[in-house]
Amino acid sequence: MSGPNTNYDPVEVAVLRPEAVQAALSAAINDIAAASSLEDLKSVRIAHTGDRSPLALANREIAALPPAAKADAGKRVGQARASIADALHVRQQELTDARDAQILVDEVVDVTLPAQTGPRGARHPLSLLNDRVADIFVAMGWSVAEGPEAELEWLNFDALNMPAAHPARTMQDTFFIAPEGSGALLRTHTSPIQIREMLRREPPLYIVCPGRVFRTDEIDATHLPVFHQVEALAVDRGLSMAHLKGTLNAFASAMFGEGITTRLRPSYFPFTEPSAEVDLQCFVCRGASAAGGEPCRTCRNEGWIEWGGAGMVHPRVLQSCGVDPDVYTGFAFGMGLERTLMFRSDVRDLRDVIEGDLRFSAFFGGEI
Amino acid sequence: MRVLFSWLKEFAPVAASATEVAQALIRLGFEVEGVERLGEGVRGPLVVGTVAHIEELTEFKKPIRFCQVDVGAAHGGVRGIVCGARNFAEGDRVVVALPGSELPGGFTITARETYGRVSDGMICSERELGLSDEHSGILVLDPDCEVGADASAVLGLGDAVLDVSVNPDRGYAMSVRGLAREVASAFSVAFVDPADDLPALPEPTAGSVPRPIAVDSPACSIFVLRTLHDVDAGAPTPRWLSQRLRAAGVRPVSLIVDVTNYVMLELGQPLHAFDAERVAGAVVVRRARPGEALELLDHTTRELTEDDVVIADDSGALSLAGIMGGVQSEISSATTSVLIEAAHFDHRVIAASCRRHRLSTDASRRFERGVDPRLAPVAAHRAASLLVALAGAHSAGLQAVEFEQPAIHVSTTAQAISALIGLPVDTDACARLLRAVGCDVDANDDALVVTPPTWRPDLRLGCDLAEEVARLIGYDQIPALKPSPTDHSGLRASQRARRNRDNSLVGLGWTQVMLTPFTSKNAVAALGCAETDERMDLVPLLNPMSDEEPFLRSTLIPSLAAAVRRNRSRGFDSVAVFEASAAHRNGSRAATAAFPAASAPPTPEQFAQMLAAAPVEQRWVAGIACGAWREASWDGPRQAWQWQHAVRAACAVLEAYGLNPHVSAGERAGWHPGRCAALTVDGPDGTVVGWAGEMHPRTLERLELPPRTVAFEVRVDALEARMDSAMPPAFSRTVATSPVVKEDVALVVGADVPSAALAQALREGCGSLLESVHLFDEYTGEQVGQGRKSLAFSLRFRHPERSLTDDEVAAARTAGVEVAAARHGAKLRAAATDSAR
Repeated sequence: MSGPNTNYDPVEVAVLRPEAVQAALSAAINDIAAASSLEDLKSVRIAHTGDRSPLALANREIAALPPAAKADAGKRVGQARASIADALHVRQQELTDARDAQILVDEVVDVTLPAQTGPRGARHPLSLLNDRVADIFVAMGWSVAEGPEAELEWLNFDALNMPAAHPARTMQDTFFIAPEGSGALLRTHTSPIQIREMLRREPPLYIVCPGRVFRTDEIDATHLPVFHQVEALAVDRGLSMAHLKGTLNAFASAMFGEGITTRLRPSYFPFTEPSAEVDLQCFVCRGASAAGGEPCRTCRNEGWIEWGGAGMVHPRVLQSCGVDPDVYTGFAFGMGLERTLMFRSDVRDLRDVIEGDLRFSAFFGGEI
Repeated sequence: MRVLFSWLKEFAPVAASATEVAQALIRLGFEVEGVERLGEGVRGPLVVGTVAHIEELTEFKKPIRFCQVDVGAAHGGVRGIVCGARNFAEGDRVVVALPGSELPGGFTITARETYGRVSDGMICSERELGLSDEHSGILVLDPDCEVGADASAVLGLGDAVLDVSVNPDRGYAMSVRGLAREVASAFSVAFVDPADDLPALPEPTAGSVPRPIAVDSPACSIFVLRTLHDVDAGAPTPRWLSQRLRAAGVRPVSLIVDVTNYVMLELGQPLHAFDAERVAGAVVVRRARPGEALELLDHTTRELTEDDVVIADDSGALSLAGIMGGVQSEISSATTSVLIEAAHFDHRVIAASCRRHRLSTDASRRFERGVDPRLAPVAAHRAASLLVALAGAHSAGLQAVEFEQPAIHVSTTAQAISALIGLPVDTDACARLLRAVGCDVDANDDALVVTPPTWRPDLRLGCDLAEEVARLIGYDQIPALKPSPTDHSGLRASQRARRNRDNSLVGLGWTQVMLTPFTSKNAVAALGCAETDERMDLVPLLNPMSDEEPFLRSTLIPSLAAAVRRNRSRGFDSVAVFEASAAHRNGSRAATAAFPAASAPPTPEQFAQMLAAAPVEQRWVAGIACGAWREASWDGPRQAWQWQHAVRAACAVLEAYGLNPHVSAGERAGWHPGRCAALTVDGPDGTVVGWAGEMHPRTLERLELPPRTVAFEVRVDALEARMDSAMPPAFSRTVATSPVVKEDVALVVGADVPSAALAQALREGCGSLLESVHLFDEYTGEQVGQGRKSLAFSLRFRHPERSLTDDEVAAARTAGVEVAAARHGAKLRAAATDSAR
């Protein structure tokens, strides 16, 4: 601290002269502008605003001035110091921004480097298709029912209007479970689930039954001894073939695109009467190929694709399950999931479905 | 059923093309597999020629004929043609393909030099014309064919063959008669019934007596036997007849046999012809006798049972009724007297016999599907007329036994039909449509009393009539309506959980596969399972696809191992596959099942008894992984699939079911005994629901999998059942917003103390203020001493409502350490290392 000095001529304090203040200000502004880094700027700050800086020293002299001169000198020094502070602030911001920008430049990586944190898995397309079918029916207010794969003849055949000598039993090549006479078999269709559900609860009943089924077919590109079916059963008052048709059409358009419909052709199944084959309108050419348009690989220019079987539940089946056929009617339909996958996703060899090759599931990933 | 279009048109005189008829049949519910053309690919000029002169050429390796064939003045008169066949004589009418004509396969005929002669055309065999596989000689035409005429017309080339597949309930359509009736009704033309107006047979010759017969089997409702004498067994089968047989896929054999086949195709009634001289005494329909044997026409000898029905004479069984004749009474070229048998047999008896003897014939297929029981005398009469006309036979009359058939009436209403098919149909329309297919209909207001024709055993219930009406109107006329289910509960909890489970495993790097469910004892034993292991309780199939895999899977691991091997053999060293599927055990299932009649639902007792014969079915999720969990790359070295990845996967499965898995050291054949985790869900003492870890080195050798392969398996069926019956989880608190306090603690324990057990001790000791425990370091080395290890945990404490004081945290931490010390001899690491110094 410097105190009043009798030898000191306050009027003549050199450092408070306007030229001197201006010079200090100019020097500071120049140095600030010249600072090229935050470190430089820090030294500049100390040099021009620190306790030993010219303007700090000048400021100290103000107190010694006569009152009349104080205001004038104070204003001059104050303005200069404020200008320096502003310039420092601006430069500080500029240099900070520049440094931050440089850091981001320095930190550039090759984002195309493989980003691996672990292995990649995939769902099996049949499982995805199964979920998709379930979702469509759930959206229509149906529920999903399941049952065992190892079944009993009564549930797989007898209750489905296929008594022991019925010719339809020879239509199905069944895997029987030893010993002979145990009546156990691998279900040939998912219909025993429907029987179990009808035995278990009262109508109304709207169930979709997906599951694995078994037939003694040799493995080739279009046959598997083990494959998946999805069957649907509705039992309620007043159901007719019109409801069967409406449900099939809704299912077809949900699976294959708005407006895709189905066609019924008379057929025979022991467990339905009337019975029908279900054809799906070709979702690729929409029938154009059959009408002389461009050839279509999916439907082989038929315009329709054989999809499954359907019908009104046979009254004997309802009776076997304790449902009164005079009160309730029902409809049912079923189709093969592998077959659906084949034509929907252009899978050409069913062996790919069961061999567990990673590439097959990986192709479909998580959505179908 | 394959049928020549011209034959069909004889009874259904439609103007429509074969393709249009095929479309109509499809709409009516018959699958038409194809429409072929006879002589497809044949282009003229194809003419009838007569062989004027044959010159035998003998200088070649095989005998060759150089023939002078007159093909008529319009086609250049007599031409020289070289021919290798020898089944014709001078004067025979033959088919000549003139130069310029084209035969199937794009084979063009030109005049060319061969065997030193110029062959100016070709004499054709049936195979060369694409008519059949017959190529033992050339085709010799009937002698009345006009020389120079277009042979295509004579041969019926261009006639279509419809290949119709007939559903098992429509036996009547396995005949030209049945199909023609459908076609006639579809095109509204008058049906010409070939069973009507058969010409009268000549009176039996004086003195000839028909063979006596008897029926001693309830399976036979009508039996007709016609006796024919003076049959010329060597008479040729006319072309028109053999062509219709061939088109139907029936090989011509001899006139008598051909006629019986022809009538079967035409009317649908199977017939059998016996050589009367090889039949002794009366002809009887009866049950086979136990131990009775019969050599059939296919030269197999069958052991019969009492469930088989036979046609027999005094010497024993002659034929297996409705299925196949026997060799003993087979027609031969020496046959002069013939017994034509026409009968009706119960479809169930025939089906059972066929299954027992693994036989299926044209006759049995018709009986199984149901033959018109009134047809037998008509068909026998038709066959006899043909043999009279074609083989000069004399009729000796017939013997017939017929049992009264109850008349069948089906009552329904137009309203019931309309309600079922979803399309309003009035009484008149129903009656009209049903009459068109041969029903007698008594229509009264809304009520319909329908007497179905004898050939329609499929029309017995109201719903059968509804199908018939809908079929005849056309299924395409039925509108589409959506039903309105009222239960909207959607997927069950376990069904949703399964999706989460599969997606979780996918997120952890596992690929879902779906494999075949068959296995062998060796495959399960390869895991290292002892005979007593529950996985060795394999369920055997009676008729497996392959003798190598005659059982159902008891565990998914062997087939997953096969999938891993398959992937590795295809060049994928790093594989992680999982499957969710069923596995089976015999358990204590019953060896025999008692099934109630299906006319009513089983009682609960009956149902339980039935289910007792079923194998135990469990549902498992299992996976195997080997190779690199991550490959070496720019950001780090390779990391292998390790035991902990399998444990994580198993935990993820349980977490997907909303469960809190508990891991402890476990033991399971197939897994490394020191690297196998057992998983429980109700705390450490709960039932073990799965295993995970590294596989046993010996197992891996046997499975041909690489060292250190890891696997998991979790049984989920019981968990799913539990989940579906459980209440939704209750949180019962609020999320605390008070500050957390973090503390670390390092404990030194014996090397064999499981970290989970130590963490559990801390959890219990620290009490409710402890929010979480996390193991962040494990250390072994001289600082802690031989046989010991240091486990460092970070502990997080939080009070539900307020800040914790230092004293509270210190007390809780100390309490935790004390429990760890008491239970596992744990010492704080600082203290432990101090005392070791």
